[in-house]
Amino acid sequence: MTAENIANPKTTAPKIIVRDLNFYYGDFRALKDINLSITEKMVTAFIGPSGCGKSTLLRTFNRMYQLYPKQKATGEILLDGANILDKKQDLNMLRAKIGMVFQKPTPFPMSIYDNIAFGVKLCESLNKNDMDERVEWALRKAALWTEAKDKLKQSGTSLSGGQQQRLCIARAIAVKPQVLLLDEPTSALDPISTAHIEKLIDELKEDFTIVIVTHNMQQAARVSDYTAYMYLGDLIEFGDTSTVFTNPKRKETEDYITGRFG
Amino acid sequence: MLSLYTRRRIINAVGLAISMLAMAFGLFWLCWILWTLLEHGLPALTPLVFTQMTPPPGSSGGLLNAIAGSLAMTLVGTLIGTPIGILAGTYLAEFGQRGWLAPITRFINDVLLSAPSIVIGLFVYEVYVVHVKHFSGWAGALALSIIVIPIVIRTTENMLRLVPTTLREAAAALGAPQWKIINFITLRAARAGIITGVMLAIARISGETAPLLFTALNNQFWSSNMNQPMANLPVVIFQFAMSPYEDWQKLAWAGALLITLSVLTLNILARVLFRQKAASH
Repeated sequence: MTAENIANPKTTAPKIIVRDLNFYYGDFRALKDINLSITEKMVTAFIGPSGCGKSTLLRTFNRMYQLYPKQKATGEILLDGANILDKKQDLNMLRAKIGMVFQKPTPFPMSIYDNIAFGVKLCESLNKNDMDERVEWALRKAALWTEAKDKLKQSGTSLSGGQQQRLCIARAIAVKPQVLLLDEPTSALDPISTAHIEKLIDELKEDFTIVIVTHNMQQAARVSDYTAYMYLGDLIEFGDTSTVFTNPKRKETEDYITGRFG
Repeated sequence: MLSLYTRRRIINAVGLAISMLAMAFGLFWLCWILWTLLEHGLPALTPLVFTQMTPPPGSSGGLLNAIAGSLAMTLVGTLIGTPIGILAGTYLAEFGQRGWLAPITRFINDVLLSAPSIVIGLFVYEVYVVHVKHFSGWAGALALSIIVIPIVIRTTENMLRLVPTTLREAAAALGAPQWKIINFITLRAARAGIITGVMLAIARISGETAPLLFTALNNQFWSSNMNQPMANLPVVIFQFAMSPYEDWQKLAWAGALLITLSVLTLNILARVLFRQKAASH
């Protein structure tokens, strides 16, 4: 891909710029010379068939792969101009700035309140009152406050699947990150919970830059402003969601979107 | 020619019958053992057992010093073995993915897990008792802790491995350093399983005789000094059951019943605890 293919942000500056990114699982090259930019306070979706590298790409943004010794990334990922792949980048600082929600809900084995306070305590020391306010703020933002306000002391695992996922979103935004990474956040949920979360994504982009991985194309079309179509580690097409879905430049994208493949 | 469905049903019935027989065979011996124990042990289990010291031959007495000694050595053995076991198990589960140290530790631990307990008794005799030149409660507790360690290591590692990777990733994604992830997330998620492992280890050592024979030996009198030879239930049972005196034999039955009941209680408790944990997930 050349620089011209990078989508041109209409309104705001790019939050994340990816340059010549390659990713390796051992010897296997899972991402091939990826170039793209993520626009601030917009929703960017990564779509593509299983194994295309969309989750892998997402996991480079908070260097999640670093938990595993055999995975490595080369190239540059600039967050506000600073390369986060730099060895000098403090991982915990980075992850405080870039939150993540996973495919399956992952409530910690503690109360709902503590689930949210856990992340906040890592980077801020708030007194009891401020912490209470922060927990309420996060739960309200995640549209869980009315359901959870009377059982803050109950275990996070006692919630339903959809509520657990909203708890995870609340936990991620309680830290007040700048970017929110969502890795197929609704694939384990029923349609009603999915609708809840999609509505939430729409509201959250007021405050956060959101990157979502999904293999549900309708979802990408519904929630995102920009869409990247990936296949076998290549970024095939990237642009405005409406353009990608209605008037794709590449034949491969059209085939995938129209369901002829994948 | 039987239809496929009928054949499957016959095979199912035969398989089920064989499994039931195997279960009945196993349970039969367990019930027989329990029955014999209750039959001989219950009449011998008088209040005197809990209030009097082990008697000289021919006179009546109780098991108080042996019960106290067993409790003391089991407690100290558990207190020494549990932290080491949990720390090592945590190392194996959380840091043991790379390098050569973890696989070797895991292998040695497996060997230790199946080491005959008499070997462990002789080992402590050789490296500790011989040097201080007398048997002692400390030596007994030490031998018991060596049995506790591999059991706790194994269960801790297994239980931590059951904690889903996504939970670790979720904590890491919030910017939590690894020590916080381990202390506040994974160990907490595996807590019930680890406690179960510790309880099973306690159950195991509370009936061990061989390691105490060469270390704590026995003591006919009350002793709260861990630096002296110490009475304990398994060795007292061993000694009294082999004796020709009827009083002693009765006490041995009472002691055997006591140990069995406490081990049974611990096992049931461990199961209930683990099941509660499993249900809450």
